[in-house]
Amino acid sequence: MRLRDRQRESQIIQMRLVWTLVFVVIVLASLVSRIVWLQWAQHDRFRALADQNRVQTQPIAPPRGLILDRHSRILADNQPDFSLVVIPEQLRDMEAALEGLSELIDIDEDQLERFRAQLSQRRRPWEPVPLRSRLTAEEIALVAEARHEWPGVRIEAEAIRHYPYGELFSHLIGYVNRINVQDISAMDEATLANYSGTNFYGRAGIERQYESELHGSVGYRKAETNARGRVQQVLDETPPVAGRDITLYLDLDVQRAGWNALGGRRGAAIAIDPRDGGVLAFISRPGFDPNLFVTGISLRDYGAYREDPDRPLFNRALQGQYPPGSTIKSMMGLAALEAGVTNWQRTIQDPGFFRLPGTARVFRDWKRGGHGKVDLHKAIVESCDTYFYDASLKMGIDHMSDFLSYFNLGRRTGIDLQGELGGILPSRQWKQSARRSSWFHGDTVNTSIGQGYMLTTPLQLAQAMAISARRGKQKPPQVAMTAKAATEDKDLTLKDPNNWQLMEAALTDVIHGAHGTARAAGRGAKYQIAGKTGTAQVFSLASDVEYKDLDVSERLRDHALFVAFAPADNPAIAVAVLVENGESGGRAAAPVARAIMDAWLLDGKGNLRDLSKPRLSSAAGGESP
Amino acid sequence: MSNREYLRQLPSHQRGPGNLDLAFRLHIDMPLLAGLLAIMGFGLFVLYSAGGESMDLVLRQLTRFLLGFIVLFILAQIPPRTFRFWSPVLYGIGLLMLILVLVIGTEAKGAQRWLSLPGIGRFQPSEIMKIAVPALVAWFFRDRALPPSMANTFVALMIILVPAMLIGRQPDLGTALLIAMSGLVILFMAGLSWRVIGASVAGAAIAAPLMYFYVLHDYQRRRVDTFLNPEADPLGAGWNIIQSKTAIGSGGIQGKGWLNGTQSQLDFLPESHTDFIFAVLSEELGLLGILLLFSLYLFVIGRCLWISYHAQDLFSRLFGAGLALTFFIYILVNVGMVSGLLPVVGVPLPLISYGGTSIVTLLAGFGILMSVHTHRRLMG
Repeated sequence: MRLRDRQRESQIIQMRLVWTLVFVVIVLASLVSRIVWLQWAQHDRFRALADQNRVQTQPIAPPRGLILDRHSRILADNQPDFSLVVIPEQLRDMEAALEGLSELIDIDEDQLERFRAQLSQRRRPWEPVPLRSRLTAEEIALVAEARHEWPGVRIEAEAIRHYPYGELFSHLIGYVNRINVQDISAMDEATLANYSGTNFYGRAGIERQYESELHGSVGYRKAETNARGRVQQVLDETPPVAGRDITLYLDLDVQRAGWNALGGRRGAAIAIDPRDGGVLAFISRPGFDPNLFVTGISLRDYGAYREDPDRPLFNRALQGQYPPGSTIKSMMGLAALEAGVTNWQRTIQDPGFFRLPGTARVFRDWKRGGHGKVDLHKAIVESCDTYFYDASLKMGIDHMSDFLSYFNLGRRTGIDLQGELGGILPSRQWKQSARRSSWFHGDTVNTSIGQGYMLTTPLQLAQAMAISARRGKQKPPQVAMTAKAATEDKDLTLKDPNNWQLMEAALTDVIHGAHGTARAAGRGAKYQIAGKTGTAQVFSLASDVEYKDLDVSERLRDHALFVAFAPADNPAIAVAVLVENGESGGRAAAPVARAIMDAWLLDGKGNLRDLSKPRLSSAAGGESP
Repeated sequence: MSNREYLRQLPSHQRGPGNLDLAFRLHIDMPLLAGLLAIMGFGLFVLYSAGGESMDLVLRQLTRFLLGFIVLFILAQIPPRTFRFWSPVLYGIGLLMLILVLVIGTEAKGAQRWLSLPGIGRFQPSEIMKIAVPALVAWFFRDRALPPSMANTFVALMIILVPAMLIGRQPDLGTALLIAMSGLVILFMAGLSWRVIGASVAGAAIAAPLMYFYVLHDYQRRRVDTFLNPEADPLGAGWNIIQSKTAIGSGGIQGKGWLNGTQSQLDFLPESHTDFIFAVLSEELGLLGILLLFSLYLFVIGRCLWISYHAQDLFSRLFGAGLALTFFIYILVNVGMVSGLLPVVGVPLPLISYGGTSIVTLLAGFGILMSVHTHRRLMG
């Protein structure tokens, strides 16, 4: 060991202590300079960042516009609802909280699954994620009591859509439900900003069609918030502009009358005021409860709708394509008159079938043994098929499809509803392009009684009747009073306008004549109805088989159809009714049309009202459902 | 000339009413005590605001201060040679516990740092090492020639690195580095040649990237990544550092005023009353508050260095300086982290941050320094 020099060792340490002090001062000075750099040189930048943190601009969703019937009765409104939301950032143990909450209140697998899906999506931190909607007062109390166990679990109030009449208007009004990623990604920047506070989006029907009007404009609230998004104080506020109310031509009383008359059967009924094109009733049964969809329908409920053989989610009025059957005979009759192949005096002998000239092929009349001597009037009233088989071959398919196109058959009417389907108005060109096949005489014969390839929706049939009622004037049907209806279709002008009147007379005898196919539905009517029955074959039977003899199950029976307008001399309503598997247009469909027309045309005492004035509602000042 | 000698020669009226004498007899160094009290008072003032105006929090912190002062007072009564005598034992116990903690320790937040002992409760053995490592290095050099030979330097390095590595395995890299530093500064005090120091710094610069890729745990690597580029994940790992820089910068030179910091009061700043309390202070009290705190810190460190400078034996001198520098390194690491100069490691701002056993450990260190200062005459 070296000899120790304590003096020198002390000096070493003391020197090092001095160095240490110098080092400490330098380091502290550099820390201070770092702070000065942040607080002085970078101050503006960090000030802005802090304000960005502190001041949140929160969107305020505008209240959605109401949907009203023509008497301002509310068909869709907004009601306060309490939902359970979770702020994941505030929860320590999500699984434990979900388990605890599930024990407390009813949360099904479905809701959990949707909640988790939302969690995994990209979202703003601290934004609440909805877990359960429509809490009852009892559930609110239960959650409120236990809430301290789970910071980040909150109860929030929001306005949700409410449809007071449930399924009655389901296929017309549609519904809203939670806005989703697809909706958002389809929006342009301005729309996206306008929807920044909105939770719901129109999915079908009026809600979808008039989404932009019903939605309104978003408002903004500038507020000081803490990191958890809780508002400390409001700094500035721009109130939202409420969505516009949409008033419909629809009449609740007429809708309900048709709905009830249709009863538990599957079918559709449309009523149009031919004078303005306004849709008075729009019925498709069975309907669904749109309220179930608003906050997210459960898999169980949705599955029940999907698996129901009656297909309640299917909009028969707008999308159901059926052969129009005999309901087009008045239009076929006019076509034949216009072509000059027949007149009101000409008669044929109907043996109950029609043999296609030059072939052995036979087309049956619905009436066994035939109608005997038949003129055009009788052919309409008794719905004689043979007469039209004969006339069709004389006028040919080209004229038929040209003429019928004036009645909007087989194509979209242009109604202000999304999802409308067209149909088929057969023609040579159509068959060539759709079936890659040439047209045969047998096709012409089938088309003459609305069978074969021809397909129309109940809405198109109602529109055809509205055009008939207006004697060829075009006007698209419209649901909302604000709709800007325009059409480029040409009006139909007959060479001999008297044929309109004569055809109306024939149609009137369908209801009021002694042999009319819908005479049962005309009993006791305070006004004259011009109408036509029809049946649409569900499946084709070999032409020589008498299908009525067969024991066909209910769902294989023909669909019953009835179209009409009334009063015959001054039409104020045009109706089309379809009853699936209703078999007889006169017995199943016509009474529904009658109920609809009565509701629209009669006053409170059961007399024909003054049609030049608006109809008074059944309960002035509104009613509760 | 010591304090006491200086006082003795003064006329009695200049000595004051006997306070200093009494303090000396109680082995309390008044300037150091005053400095500590000033920092703690200021700390409680900041803590009241940072803790959301919770008096409860302040009182609990005050309780911890009192506990720390009891330890300080007791240690101040013990002469330095007793520390010297017991330092190998303390180091041995500490080392044993560090091994135990790896075997049977309690896990918290993915790291085994706690030891539950019956009767004592839960504590971190690494706290003991904050005292024991500088003590043993000082003890070791007391009987060795200075500046240290290569062999002695190596032994000292082993004394330092063995516990540091054990702590690093818990894993608690922040504490491991602090403990390593507390020993290394003594090596520096002992006169380690500048050449070796320079070579070590260069070596560390080369070793750092190797450490990053081969030694660090994933979470530690993430911290370094975050430090290098906090904007990469502004809502996740980068959140803390972005928010704390925003708090400091937005406060400006004047500060937003006590209780008025938006970053801290509206909860944007995480850990605002513990590790990140410096950001609260900066946001609300501005540069003035920082300068005040730094002046107090500088005063305390200066006083500690002065005590070490005047210490009468090598052990006390080295040990005292080591404790003083450990205190300083706390400040450097914490302020560096909060202001975005260093990666985020869990090091509190000494005597200001809420909680932690570190307050007691720190005050224990100051107790030892007071003992060093007030026992000089009693030493042979």
